[in-house]
Amino acid sequence: MPDTPFDSKQRPVWCPGCGDYGIMAALKQAFMSLDLKPHQVVIVSGIGCGSKLPDYVHAYGYMSIHGRPLAVATGVKLANPELTVVAVDGDGDAYGIGGNHLIHTARRNMDITHIVQNNQVYALTKGQFSPTTDTGARTSTSPFGVIEAPIMPLALALAAGAAFVARGVAFDPKGTAGLMTEAIRHPGYALLDVLQPCVSFNKINTYEWYRQRVYKVSDDQRANSHDSGDFYAAMKLAREWGDRIPLGVIYRRTREPYHSALPGLARGPLPARPLDDIGADGFERLLDEYV
Amino acid sequence: MHTPHTSQASHALPNSHTPASHVPEPDDSMSFECGACPPVRRFDVSMSIGGDAGQGVESAGSIACRALVRAGHFAFGMADYRSRIRGGTNFYQVRASDAPVLCHGDPVHVIATLTRDAALTQLGNLARGGALVCDESISPEDNLRPDIRVLTVPIIKIAENAGGKASMNMAALGAAMGLIGFSIDTLCSAIEQRFARKAESVVHSNVQAAREAHEYVSGRLAAGFPFRLGPVAPPSPSPPSSPSPGRILLSGNEAFCLGAAAGGCRFIAAYPMTPATTILEWMAAHAGDLGIVAVHAEDEIAAACMAVGASLTGARAMTSTSGGGLCLMTEVCGMAGMTEVPLVVVDVQRGGPSTGLPTRTEQSDLLLAFHPSHGDFPHIVIAPGTVQQCFEAGYRAFNLADQYQCPVIVLLDSHVGGSLVTLGRSCLNWNAVARDRGEYLGGHITEADADAETADGAYLRYAITESGISPRAGFGHPGGVHAPSTDEHEEDAHITEESGVRVEMMRKRMRKMETALANDLRGPTTYGDASANVTLLVWGSTLPAACEAAAILSADGIRAKVLHYTDLWPISDKGAPLTLRAMPKPQALMDDSTGPDGSGVLVAVEQNYSGQMSLIHRMVTGRAPDFAVLKYDGRQISPREIADGVREGLHRSRKEGVPDA
Repeated sequence: MPDTPFDSKQRPVWCPGCGDYGIMAALKQAFMSLDLKPHQVVIVSGIGCGSKLPDYVHAYGYMSIHGRPLAVATGVKLANPELTVVAVDGDGDAYGIGGNHLIHTARRNMDITHIVQNNQVYALTKGQFSPTTDTGARTSTSPFGVIEAPIMPLALALAAGAAFVARGVAFDPKGTAGLMTEAIRHPGYALLDVLQPCVSFNKINTYEWYRQRVYKVSDDQRANSHDSGDFYAAMKLAREWGDRIPLGVIYRRTREPYHSALPGLARGPLPARPLDDIGADGFERLLDEYV
Repeated sequence: MHTPHTSQASHALPNSHTPASHVPEPDDSMSFECGACPPVRRFDVSMSIGGDAGQGVESAGSIACRALVRAGHFAFGMADYRSRIRGGTNFYQVRASDAPVLCHGDPVHVIATLTRDAALTQLGNLARGGALVCDESISPEDNLRPDIRVLTVPIIKIAENAGGKASMNMAALGAAMGLIGFSIDTLCSAIEQRFARKAESVVHSNVQAAREAHEYVSGRLAAGFPFRLGPVAPPSPSPPSSPSPGRILLSGNEAFCLGAAAGGCRFIAAYPMTPATTILEWMAAHAGDLGIVAVHAEDEIAAACMAVGASLTGARAMTSTSGGGLCLMTEVCGMAGMTEVPLVVVDVQRGGPSTGLPTRTEQSDLLLAFHPSHGDFPHIVIAPGTVQQCFEAGYRAFNLADQYQCPVIVLLDSHVGGSLVTLGRSCLNWNAVARDRGEYLGGHITEADADAETADGAYLRYAITESGISPRAGFGHPGGVHAPSTDEHEEDAHITEESGVRVEMMRKRMRKMETALANDLRGPTTYGDASANVTLLVWGSTLPAACEAAAILSADGIRAKVLHYTDLWPISDKGAPLTLRAMPKPQALMDDSTGPDGSGVLVAVEQNYSGQMSLIHRMVTGRAPDFAVLKYDGRQISPREIADGVREGLHRSRKEGVPDA
């Protein structure tokens, strides 16, 4: 890992071999390549192994509560759109308890980069099935095998109106850093689902399991490349799961982010404004409504 | 004659405010507040307009209030409606006087009704000698109440002649206003203003209906009616010293929004929930002119989280909701408490539990607000008692949140939040608005200071201090990079489970509440004669009714005063001027004099089943109220109901002895 201004003095408590290391390294790379400074970045996380990431990165961050980082990140972005806001959470946070926020953050097109550390298991609580665990998997809360169908996060985000949807893997930090850079650059909600083996509690979806299945799609406009502007082509790829799992930018289009249409931000970021900028005259005009 | 700018001397109850030691002296504009202590009135008329939901009862009532204020009266307006848009009986009650009125009248003197159901529902509230105004077709059978007048007015015919049945509400209003002797021209101009954006024909038919009904009643029918408005001074050219002359009519929710905006609130995220929705609507309506970000969130959890996110950057941010929403926000309250983020949560209470009485009033969220999340964490609860206090709470909540870096829960209720009150315009005084950010280091990025960026661990977000308060950098501040965690953390915000740090951090956070108690939180305020033997212990919106009740009781020989809490948590039996410490539990409940040991009777008056404030009060001071007057039917308690409850309690305890506390 190169030395970066984003290095923290805190040592991660992740298991050796955990995919979170790769995700963190990729994120720092992305910040570096975008020439961002630690005080310009806010990383909001939820609860889970991976959500400790802000503690290990020297940047503004907030380790919130389970499932809610997108909502906190929304508040940060709308108060000060000049900040680069990244939400980092796990499959339980993003697709389980916080699923509602994903739908609405995508629908609104909030300018947040949403990185989901998807290890298909609840790891911090030691191995229960998650919304992305495959049917049949035996875990401590599914001793006879999961009888639910897993969620398809990329398809869900597409259906909710997300204008940037991509997938990476934790063991390809360079490729993932590239996707993160593109996701951060994208103005609006960007979902980056990062597949990540859990070496301690997921004995099914191992490095080997992923390596056998993942393949990169290219949307570089060359012959036979994926047309990431084609919603239905994207939806088809987004639903591809099992023997083959696509990686790369699945969908992107231009869509005005939420905050750019807010009248309340016309006078600049909220914290930059004096508290009394309504002024005595403005206040008297308000009172006129009640005469 | 009470004007917005006279001193407190004109009140019936000696206005012996005994403010807590830290309460600033009330300035001139506060004198209206003393309307909480009932002034001498030359007239005091209440009327109720009733009909089916959808018949325009609310607009008739609010038009009446607006017209009354324009004519120089003090008006109070209170809706009594159901959670449906059409069907079901709704009422709007209007009280008018020559002196400030801050609560509803009981009984009412006139009931103007559009339906037979409405007539029958309200008949019991009509004063002896009062009048029921209704169309001939719905006049109830004779002798239901021989002591009242039934005044049949061809409301339907008048409305139809004027343009259609939709104007029945205006016909009923015109008749009622004619009966109490209100000028038709002022009424018509208020109607015109209300419907200004509608088609000409709509304005015309409404005005016409009101005018014709007014005329029908004004002459012979109104003659001899005992409950009439008296003369009032024209709405003042007030003293030249006054920054803004004249009077305004507004609700507690509106006053709260004005206070919040004046105090610098620039962000609200909320989910619609009656009776709090008007706060989000107000902020959304003013998003452009005031530069407010108003987000209609997907749920209350998201709303509270968004407010936390905005607050992290240094913006003043809030969320508004009612009890059910506060339930959903509890985890976020704990999050803000643990990470020391200023968060203002406004809970406009309604009847609980669960869906409860969605459009009605109650004070039953206090114990939820008292401990709104798991674990021990600092937070503050305040509850304004009047519309004017709502204005102050609007900016004060943000000051407290910034100063103590914690959640501040503001408890309003459907009554104070939605009822219309007449205030001197100067009561909402821009120059009196305090804006105290506490130990805030700023947050916005500027190019100039971007080089000042610090290394990890250099800035101590949670520095251990004597006050418990640590200087706070807003996200974006180059010298303050840090990442708060809801996990226990070190001074530099990094996660820890080390026992010594845990203990120090817990103490530091909770120490803020001691600092708040010592510096900014207020003990209860006494209204009325401080030496009165019977003390009514109240909080929040029951203040004006309790003050009127104290006056009723005192006039009856039972000397009573009111002890009102606005600051509900934390409270202490130290520091605050708790008259209660000089008020040990009496040997017997005496209603006529102070006992030889300085004892007195403590009566809790609350709008909930369990006496929630009484429980907290007993826990903190060791002094339980001797008995309680509790109301939980969703309707605001009236002065008469409080006075009756106190009399009954005293009577009962004389017969049965002092109940064990």
